[in-house]
Amino acid sequence: MSQTPAARARGDAGSAAGTRAGLSSTARGGVGTSPPRPDGALKAAGEFAFSSDMWMEDMLWGMTLRSPHPHALIRAIDTAEALAVPGVHAVLTHEDVPGEKRYGLETRDQPVLAFGKVRYKGEPVAVVAADHPETARRALARVRVDYEVLEPIADARRAAFDPDCPLVHEEGVPAHPEYNQRGNIVRHQPVRTGAFAEGADAADLRARAAAVVRGEYRVGMQDQAFLGPESGLAVPAPDGGVDLYIATQWLHVDQSQIAPCLGLEQERVRMTLAGVGGAFGAREDLSMQIHACMLALRTGRPVKFVYNREESFFGHVHRHPAAMRFEHGADADGRLLYATLEIVLDGGAYASTTAAVVGVASSLGVGPYEIPHVSVDAYGVYTTNPPCGAMRGFGAVQACFGYESQMDRLAAKLGMHPVELRRRNALAQGSRVATGQRIDMPLPMAEMLERVRAMPMPARRGELADPADPRTLPGGLANTSRGERVVRGVGYGVGLKNLCFSESFDDYSTARVRLEAIGGEPAALVHTAAAEVGQGLVTLQGQIAHTELGVERVTVHPADTSVGSAGSSSASRQSYVTGGAVKAACEAVRERVFALVRERGLVAPDHPAGDLALEGGKVVSAARGVLAPLAEVLGTGAVEETRVFRHRPTRALDPTTGQGDSHVQFGMCVHRAVVDVDVELGLVKVVALDAVQDVGRAMHPRQLLGQIQGGSAQGLGLALMEEVQVADGVIRNPSFTDYLIPTILDTPPMRIEVLEHADPHAPYGLRGAGEPPTLSSTPAIVAAVRDATGRPLTRAPVRPEDIAGVGD
Amino acid sequence: MRVAFTVNGEDMAAEDVWPGESLLYVLRERLGLPGSKNACEQGECGSCTVYLDGVTVCACMVAAGQAAGRAVRTVEGLAASGGAGPAPDSRLSSVQEAFVEAGAVQCGFCTPGLVVQADDLLARTVRAGGPAPGDAEIREALAGNLCRCTGYEKIIEAVRTAAEHEERAVRRGGAR
Ligand code: FES
Ligand code: FES
Repeated sequence: MSQTPAARARGDAGSAAGTRAGLSSTARGGVGTSPPRPDGALKAAGEFAFSSDMWMEDMLWGMTLRSPHPHALIRAIDTAEALAVPGVHAVLTHEDVPGEKRYGLETRDQPVLAFGKVRYKGEPVAVVAADHPETARRALARVRVDYEVLEPIADARRAAFDPDCPLVHEEGVPAHPEYNQRGNIVRHQPVRTGAFAEGADAADLRARAAAVVRGEYRVGMQDQAFLGPESGLAVPAPDGGVDLYIATQWLHVDQSQIAPCLGLEQERVRMTLAGVGGAFGAREDLSMQIHACMLALRTGRPVKFVYNREESFFGHVHRHPAAMRFEHGADADGRLLYATLEIVLDGGAYASTTAAVVGVASSLGVGPYEIPHVSVDAYGVYTTNPPCGAMRGFGAVQACFGYESQMDRLAAKLGMHPVELRRRNALAQGSRVATGQRIDMPLPMAEMLERVRAMPMPARRGELADPADPRTLPGGLANTSRGERVVRGVGYGVGLKNLCFSESFDDYSTARVRLEAIGGEPAALVHTAAAEVGQGLVTLQGQIAHTELGVERVTVHPADTSVGSAGSSSASRQSYVTGGAVKAACEAVRERVFALVRERGLVAPDHPAGDLALEGGKVVSAARGVLAPLAEVLGTGAVEETRVFRHRPTRALDPTTGQGDSHVQFGMCVHRAVVDVDVELGLVKVVALDAVQDVGRAMHPRQLLGQIQGGSAQGLGLALMEEVQVADGVIRNPSFTDYLIPTILDTPPMRIEVLEHADPHAPYGLRGAGEPPTLSSTPAIVAAVRDATGRPLTRAPVRPEDIAGVGD
Repeated sequence: MRVAFTVNGEDMAAEDVWPGESLLYVLRERLGLPGSKNACEQGECGSCTVYLDGVTVCACMVAAGQAAGRAVRTVEGLAASGGAGPAPDSRLSSVQEAFVEAGAVQCGFCTPGLVVQADDLLARTVRAGGPAPGDAEIREALAGNLCRCTGYEKIIEAVRTAAEHEERAVRRGGAR
């Protein structure tokens, strides 16, 4: 059973594993056009090197032993028998971690390999390297771990509020005083405005309201379900360091967590982005990075890890499940008077980004509505459930389901159209959100609502060519009635999302741009560490260089750590921040070219810089026309500049009042969903899911639509089918057989209208676009199902039994 | 054990195959053909779709031994061996080309499986002299292929475009 080298050598095998990932060539067009993505042809041909495709002669397979218990003490680990399996090269436990034993994005609380205790089912306990995946599996089965099983701490509310509940981390974790931590609470963030800031309580305000609505809402644990599994290849280097080819969202933050655990200086952990098969937040935390490096350093051989789908459910954080209690009061005209919110987010066993998720859920908890008196309490809590962290929408998704459900309830109570109620309370430019931050960019919410409402409606069932065609019915060909009890409903949703990192985070990106003449043509090379995860950033970087330098030949260098940090591909921030960095570096290069133009005497030394431009591969003067071909000006030299770009600073939220200008930018999407519901089978078919989104500037219109449609589909999944079902700390459905994501049959046609009201503070006026649609699509769909069925539907995802009323 | 079959028209063999290995594993890890993807290895996502004797299968669900002596065609062989390619010099088939042009490729992990499955749909319809498939037919054909990035709109658009392109090519009287 020894491993046979590949019968046909991979073209890129050897030292250059993975160099084809991220390799790109020419961007056809500049900003605002839709050139094809430079990696598109490779991906369609099956030639793009994803992290799971990495292969090297002599490589070993890494595999992870995971805890079978959600909560248990580890009494002993015996690896002797596993090590004796022929073909096994190393079996490592916490004792073999060379440096720091813990890592973490915000709080260093997560063991590289468990010691003392396991805190969730699936926690890594040991890793092996072997010559074949099957050898590794057999070895894992021979690692003996002696556990003393403890009671799981599975209920987030109990973990937060019951003083008798045991602590998940009884030995303590690094403290953050500003987070109001106590017991199992990772962060408690209150927000108090209006009368609540003066100490009033809800009863005072309730008395003044004409209509009051209350609701308890739940949002299930959602999985990012990227298709490319966690994977990577660690290659030991002669200098005692390691080269890691990895799919991640942020190379440098990985590096800063990996190096201390390996006991290496940061420079000796060199990272290159391997092809990333989707991310959606799930690659913000480490998975197998440190494990692969440890095994590679120990064995002196390259080590490859590829999680399978089941393991992937344990290998990354999920969207926080939320339990929410909301109360809203309004006057008789539907003007909101007050809101009280309690949001409890189950963070699971380790902190990950829970504190930041609480920051978003609290600051945006009341959504895009002007409300004079607000009281919010958002909590993130440790439990012994699977850890939760970043997923597209990041705390705003959960809150949005709550506040939009409340808006519909209130509209119904007042006999108003749900769009009208929202319009009356809509935030706009100049309004303040609940943290006191003034919105200093366009926010045309009322216009967006009108537009989405005016979009054409899909054909009614009776108007279909063949209304009996089961393909048009909920359940489709597989699972239908004849449609006797199919009812249609329409619902609306609006979501407000912060874009870029918030709360005083030093959020920057670095870009290096080089301009030179190659074969008589000017060519630009853009180098950043920004992770292309599918969103199309690699296209955008080329477009920016094309526009700023007036050159057609633009190559985007593979992302790696030989250039400064680009920050994370999350929070919809890369177009803004890395886009801003590429633009700034291009501008610096351009200035140096203009200096050359002056030096060469093509213009007078005091020639106004504003008169010069780079266009179509030429240096152009507004006054005098073409001065010279750019290639000629460059000659044999290259002009290279590196720039760091930061967005304007943000502030921390006050730990008591939740006040502070915590966000950089706000994004908004508005959805209208049309559904057909089989009320007897409890099945839903989404017939249309239309949206209006303001993006400030459509940098690449076609990719932009892909982001909005993809985000909307993920919201559809959360509305109707996606939930990681956890019972007593155990995931019940870790497979694509039981965890359902929308297929092409579940996803309706999506009409999208894009508005471009520029944000004056942002490069090109753009606004991050990836997250907002994920907020609003879920409540719009659930509202449509409520409209069809008349049922309250207070949890997402909606289950068939909630619709059919089984168990009522 | 030794397993021999043809891949994209070429004779290939893998030595020392463990009987539990799937066709997908052998293609990816032993034959240097990682184009077929491994998103679930449970037969649920379609990212590993290949032709086995002309029929599309999930390569993760086929034991390598079952492929012995048979003909496998993978995404790597799509442009060369099937469909009405766009231009003779293109490395891509019309379906692949349409995916790139329509913006149906984001992370691209689903793409290899989808283009093979879509190729099969066109082989059964336009290339067999039939009409171009409608949206409902396209959806049914691709129902076993998950994509997490695109929301499928651009994928449907790409398949429509490729179908129209191939239909025109067939009407002009010559595939390729
Ligand atoms: S990998 Fe074969 S169906 Fe998913
Ligand atoms: S493009 Fe990423 S899964 Fe389809």
